[in-house]
Amino acid sequence: MRHVIIGAGPCGVVAAETLRKQDPDSTIILIGNEPIPPYSRMAIPYFLMKDIDEAGTHLRSDDFYDTHNIQYLGHAVENVDTDLKVLTTDDGTEIPYDKLLIAAGSKPLLPPIEGADLPNVHNCWTIEDARQIAERSHSCLEVVLMGAGFIGCIILESLAKMGVNLTVIEMGDRMVPRMLDDKAGGLLEKWCIEKGVNIRTSTRVNSIREEDDVMIVELDNGESIRACTVISATGVKPNTEFLKGSGIEVDHGIVVNTNMQTNVANVYAAGDVAQGKDFSTGNYEVQAIQPTATDHGRIAALNMAGHLVEHNGSVNMNVLDTLGLISHSFGLWMGVEGGDSVDIYNAEAYKYMNLRFGSGIEEDVLVGASTLGVTQHIGVIRGLIESKTHLGVWKSRLLKDPTRLMEAYLSCTQELDNVV
Amino acid sequence: MQKSLHLDPAKCTGCLQCEMACSYEKLGEFNPSRSVIKVFTFHEEGRFAPYTCTQCDEAWCLRACPVDAITMDMSTGAKIVIDDKCVGCKVCTISCPFGTINYVQETGKVAKCDLCGGDPECAKACPTEAITYIDANATGYDRMKAFAEKSLPSANTSA
Repeated sequence: MRHVIIGAGPCGVVAAETLRKQDPDSTIILIGNEPIPPYSRMAIPYFLMKDIDEAGTHLRSDDFYDTHNIQYLGHAVENVDTDLKVLTTDDGTEIPYDKLLIAAGSKPLLPPIEGADLPNVHNCWTIEDARQIAERSHSCLEVVLMGAGFIGCIILESLAKMGVNLTVIEMGDRMVPRMLDDKAGGLLEKWCIEKGVNIRTSTRVNSIREEDDVMIVELDNGESIRACTVISATGVKPNTEFLKGSGIEVDHGIVVNTNMQTNVANVYAAGDVAQGKDFSTGNYEVQAIQPTATDHGRIAALNMAGHLVEHNGSVNMNVLDTLGLISHSFGLWMGVEGGDSVDIYNAEAYKYMNLRFGSGIEEDVLVGASTLGVTQHIGVIRGLIESKTHLGVWKSRLLKDPTRLMEAYLSCTQELDNVV
Repeated sequence: MQKSLHLDPAKCTGCLQCEMACSYEKLGEFNPSRSVIKVFTFHEEGRFAPYTCTQCDEAWCLRACPVDAITMDMSTGAKIVIDDKCVGCKVCTISCPFGTINYVQETGKVAKCDLCGGDPECAKACPTEAITYIDANATGYDRMKAFAEKSLPSANTSA
């Protein structure tokens, strides 16, 4: 059996590892589109901050691929012919497959504004991007970051720690609008401003132009900001262009069933490029988060190796550390119609916790949560959501005091003898 | 025979010797706030529940780590954080459905129970046998493991 995996991020690497375990005699070819060992984009901010060197971003030790007999190729795939079951890389190499996994991830978008193509407007997506940003930071002290979403905020931390004068422009009315509500997003903004970062929410960049040796970033509020580097973190989209004409169905991402299989026989998709099942909604959505990518990769690989394993849906969840203030969101953090909710909000202490319960027969089931400034035992939120644990009497106790979540969790899941 | 920690809330008196022993073993100082075993108090009932990682087979933390910083100790089955590799991204802390791997602000890394290499200090320190380190099969198996396998849909996928 010849397994080919397009994409050498966490999803592709976990898939290759799982395939090797399940199918010891198979040929496994892992294709990344950068000429360096597979690495984690999650680790790039730590690389930028010099917490780790480049090897510290690697997904596995460098001998992993040899010892597991996984062939690794650093080339972009340009074409997939699903009739002949062969793909072509950018150097013209044709690679036949028996089973194909597409785990090609996503790619960053540049905003459609004048000047987005100037040489010192960067994404911060690849190790190469990070190298260039780090290089310029020695001489460049004024940086504009477009986008305060999840990725923007991760980069924000490393830029701020590099000691540059940083201005962040976010078109949403708060920071991380797709992960935090207005209370949490508002607190995060206040936090960043206190740490010396300039934040403009509800603001768009109209254009970027060069003037002498700096750039001028024009905002829609009339303000213009000088910058020598502009970093764009305005969104990503699944990497599917190379699948044109392949017959593989693409909606927002590649359409898959619960076995991570596409509409084409012997072709699977997983991770950020795939539109997999969301645990909370039951809908098929692109989640583009690390835990989902590794879940997908593992389940796709099990199916490729002949085990019919279903993906029951991944809980959408995020964790973000912004200059030391840690935020989380889980599941249906914006709540459901008819479901109760409770929050505690302490702006001085930068603490926030919001719990969302279901409705109908799930009225005592936790379906979502978001937090700020809370870190201990945070994973039980996932546990409670995914196990659909009925909280019973603990729901009313949590409505009075959501910080008793651990007690509720232990009482409801551990069958504590004589402890109700 | 693999051993595992057996936690029996009915026997726990809330003395916190386990937290003291754990932090002393890991940090060389008595600092219960940094212990990776925690005793939870149920004030209304006057009950206590010791709680830590059960080294579950699913190893959500290990699977979610983007930099291969969590590995399995083959002799004990413990999932261990390699501090030199951990970048502090915290993805494991949201992935673990038991909440037993936690971010430590002081170190900028995550911490979890490693079974002290096969001789857990918490079990030795417990005066009432609320925490014991015994043959895994003899524990009638662990509550959390049972909970994982029965109630978490994504746990039923190991092949």
